[in-house]
Amino acid sequence: MKQCAIELKNITKVFGKVVANKNVNLTAYRGEILSILGENGSGKTTLMNMISGIYFPDEGQICIDGEEAVITSPKDAFAYKIGMIHQHFKLVEAFSAAENIILGLDEGKYDLKASTEKIRAISEQYGFDLDPEKKIYTMSVSEKQTVEIVKVLYRGADILILDEPTAVLTPQEIEKLFAILRRMREDGKCIVIITHKLHEVLSLSDRVSVLRKGEYVGTVKTAETSESELTEMMVGKKISLNIDRSEPQNVEPRLVVEALDCCDRSGVKVLDNVSFTANAGEILGIAGIAGSGQRELLEAIAGLQQLQNGSIFYHNPKTGTVEELRGKTPLQIRELGVRLSFVPEDRLGMGLVGNMDITDNMMLRSYRKGRGVFVERKAPKELAKSIIETLEVVTPGATTPVRRLSGGNVQKVLVGREISASPTVLMAAYPVRGLDINSSYLIYNLLNEQKKKGVAVVFVGEDLDVLIELCDRIMVIGSGRITGVVDGRNTTKEEIGLLMTKTGEEGEK
Amino acid sequence: MIVQFLCRAILLGVPILYGSTGEIITEKSGHLNLGIPGIMYVGAISGVVGSFLYENACGNDIEKMNAALAILIPLLSSIVGAVLMGLIYSFLTVTLHANQNVTGLALTTLGIGLGNFLGASLISITKSELPSIALTKTSSFFSVKAPFADKLGPVGELLFSHDFLTYLAIAIALVASYVLNRTRVGLNLRAVGENPATADAAGIRVSKYKYVATCIGSAIAGLGGLQYVMAYASGVWSNNAFGDRGWLAIALVIFALWKPSIAILGSFLFGALCNANNYIQGLGAETQELFKMLPYVVTIIVLIITSMRKKREYQAPESLGLPYFREER
Repeated sequence: MKQCAIELKNITKVFGKVVANKNVNLTAYRGEILSILGENGSGKTTLMNMISGIYFPDEGQICIDGEEAVITSPKDAFAYKIGMIHQHFKLVEAFSAAENIILGLDEGKYDLKASTEKIRAISEQYGFDLDPEKKIYTMSVSEKQTVEIVKVLYRGADILILDEPTAVLTPQEIEKLFAILRRMREDGKCIVIITHKLHEVLSLSDRVSVLRKGEYVGTVKTAETSESELTEMMVGKKISLNIDRSEPQNVEPRLVVEALDCCDRSGVKVLDNVSFTANAGEILGIAGIAGSGQRELLEAIAGLQQLQNGSIFYHNPKTGTVEELRGKTPLQIRELGVRLSFVPEDRLGMGLVGNMDITDNMMLRSYRKGRGVFVERKAPKELAKSIIETLEVVTPGATTPVRRLSGGNVQKVLVGREISASPTVLMAAYPVRGLDINSSYLIYNLLNEQKKKGVAVVFVGEDLDVLIELCDRIMVIGSGRITGVVDGRNTTKEEIGLLMTKTGEEGEK
Repeated sequence: MIVQFLCRAILLGVPILYGSTGEIITEKSGHLNLGIPGIMYVGAISGVVGSFLYENACGNDIEKMNAALAILIPLLSSIVGAVLMGLIYSFLTVTLHANQNVTGLALTTLGIGLGNFLGASLISITKSELPSIALTKTSSFFSVKAPFADKLGPVGELLFSHDFLTYLAIAIALVASYVLNRTRVGLNLRAVGENPATADAAGIRVSKYKYVATCIGSAIAGLGGLQYVMAYASGVWSNNAFGDRGWLAIALVIFALWKPSIAILGSFLFGALCNANNYIQGLGAETQELFKMLPYVVTIIVLIITSMRKKREYQAPESLGLPYFREER
C-alpha cells in the first residue's frame, strides 16, 4: 500500500468574483508521479500554489502525510518538505548556481565549498548535469530549471510540484528531465506535474487528475485510460451558445501565408513551417494552448516579428495585385488595411496607452494625418464619441483615461478603433478575454459584421465552444506548428482538443 | 617629491574612499543614493559641531582635553548626523517607494544647505574675522603619527605617516569587501540588490536589508566628511570648501566595479588625478581646470569598457534604482 503524501479535501479558492478552484479533492502518493491536466485557466496552478504556500485556500483542508497542515507561506511549505518549481524561475542572474541554491538558508557557517560538494552529491544521485560554479546568466533555460530543482532537493523536499516544466524545453531536454523524475519516483518521492500535453501525461505519470474550469473532474490511472478519454474529461461536453453565423459570401483568398519560420530571442523556434490562407468574407479561428505561437504569428503578419523564413502574400482587393508583406514596415502593412487588435493578459500592454484618454488613444492611429506641425484632433474626437455610442462603452466621457475603464470597456475601445479604419484583414486576439456575456456577444456581432463586409477576419480564441460556433474554419496550432485545419460547422470539441494537445511532430505523422 | 605627491594623493583620496565604500554597500541593496554628497557634507559639519562643543566645554584649553573624547565625540556626532540623513533617504525610498534619483538629489541639496547653515551659525558665534572655524586642537588628536614612521625614511612616510582615519577607511573597505563576498549576510544583501523578489521568496527580509545597508553606508560616507575636515583641512571648516568630493565618490563606485577592494586603489588614483595639476609645471589656469575633470573621464572610459564586455559581475546590481513592491497575494 502506497503512503499518502498530500490529500486535498474540498478546496475552494475565490479571487474577487472569479472562482479559481471549487471543491477540489485530490490525493498524491509517495513513489508516484501524478499529473494534473487541464486547459489554460482551469485552476491547476492556483491549486498547486495553495499547497506551496503562495495562496491560502478559502475553504477546505490540506493534509500532509495524513495530518492536517496549515501552510501560509513558502517557508511553511518547506517545513512540510514541499518544494515547487515555478514556471518563471526565481533566480539571481549574477549569482552562481551554488549561491542561488543556498540563498536564504541558515545552515550555520557560510561555507560555499561544503555546499558545492553537497550540490555535486545531489546531482550525481539523480543524474543532473550541473556545474555549481556556473553563473545563471550564462545558462540555458534547461540548466536554470535544473538549478531550481536542485534548490528544492537541497532543502530536503520530498514532495515536488513542477508547474509546466516542459513548456520551455527541447524534446531531448524533456527526455532527460523525465528520466530524472522517474529516478526520484523510485527514490520514494511524491511528484506532481502540471501540464496540458497529453502525450507527456501518458508517457510519464502513474495517475492523472483532471481539472476543468476550476472544478475537479476526476482521477484516472494512466494505464487504464486513453487520449480520447482524457481529452473529453479536459474539454467537457459541448455547450450551445447560439452565436449567429452567416454563410460566407464572395470568398476569395486575401492573405496567403507560406512556410513561416520564426525564432524568439533565445533562438527557440516559436513558429515552424506555418502555412495557411485567410479568406475574405470568412472568419478563420485559431485555436491552441496559450503560448503555442499565436501571438508571434499575428505579429509576424503585422510586421512586428523578424522572420527566418517564409512569405506572406496579400491579395490587394483595391488593385487586384498580390503583394509580399514580409519586408514591409508595420506602417506600410497597416496602410494596406491589415489591422491587428491584440488583447494581451494585461489588456493595456499592446495597443492602448492607459494614462491617455479615449480620444488620444484614437489619435495613436491618426496622428500622422494632421497638417503641418499640429495634430488633427477633430476627427479622432468624433470617432471616440461614435465608438462610445455604438459599442456602449461605459465611461464618464471621451476624456477619461483609458486606465480607469473596466476591462471590457477597454477592449471595446481597442476593437472599435481597429474596426473603424475599415480594414481588409482584421486580426483579433482574445477580444473577449474577461468580458461579460453581453459584451462578448457585442464583439462577436462586430466580427460577423466585418465578415459580411468582405473582411478577412482572423480570430484567436480560448473558448472552444465560441470558436466552433463563430468561425467558418478553425486552424489549430501546437508548439508553433499547424496541427490541423477543421471546418467549424462539423467539428467537435474533442477533435480540436486532441489537435491542440499534439505537438507539431505528431501532427505530421 | 614623488613620496610627497603620493602622500597627497592618499590624503585626497580617503574622503572619496569613505563615500565610495558607503555608496557601494547602499547600492548593493539596490538603492542608488545620490544623496551621498549631502550626507558627507552633513557628516563633516556634525563632526565640526561636536568637536566645537567639546573644545568650548574644555575652555579651548588643549591641556584639559581628553584624547579619547576628542576623537570619539566628533566621530560619533558625524555618524549620527549621517545616519539621520540615511534614515530620511531609506524612509522615502524603501517605505514610501519614492523615486530614488529625486530623493537622493533632494538630500544632497538639503545636506549642503544644512551644512552651510550650521557652519555660518558657528562662524557668527565665534565672531571670527575669517569666514571659517578652526578646530586645530581636535585635529591634532586625529593626526597622530606612528612613532617609528620617521625612522623608515620615504617608505615610512608613505605607509605610516597618515592620520588614523585613513587606516580606518582602508580597514572598513577591506571588511566591507569580506562581508559582501564571504558571508551569508553579504550574499543576502547582494541578492536583495540583484533581485528582491527572489530574495523575498527565499525568506530574506528585503526592507530590513535595504534600511540597514543604506544607514551603514551613510555612516561610512559621513566619516569621509569628517576625515576631510580633521585631516585634509587640518580642522578648518569653511562653507563650500568640500567641493565635488561626494560626486567623485559616486563616480568611484562605477570605476571600482562595485568592489570596495578596487575602490581603495581607485581612490588613490582619483586623489592623484585631482592633484596632478599642482605637480606639473607651467600649466595655465584653464588647463588646470581640465585636469580636474580627469577622474570623471576615467570613469566614463571604465563605463564604456564594462558595458562592452557584458560581464554581469562587473555591472551594477540588476535592480539598482528600482522600487520593490511585494506581489499582491
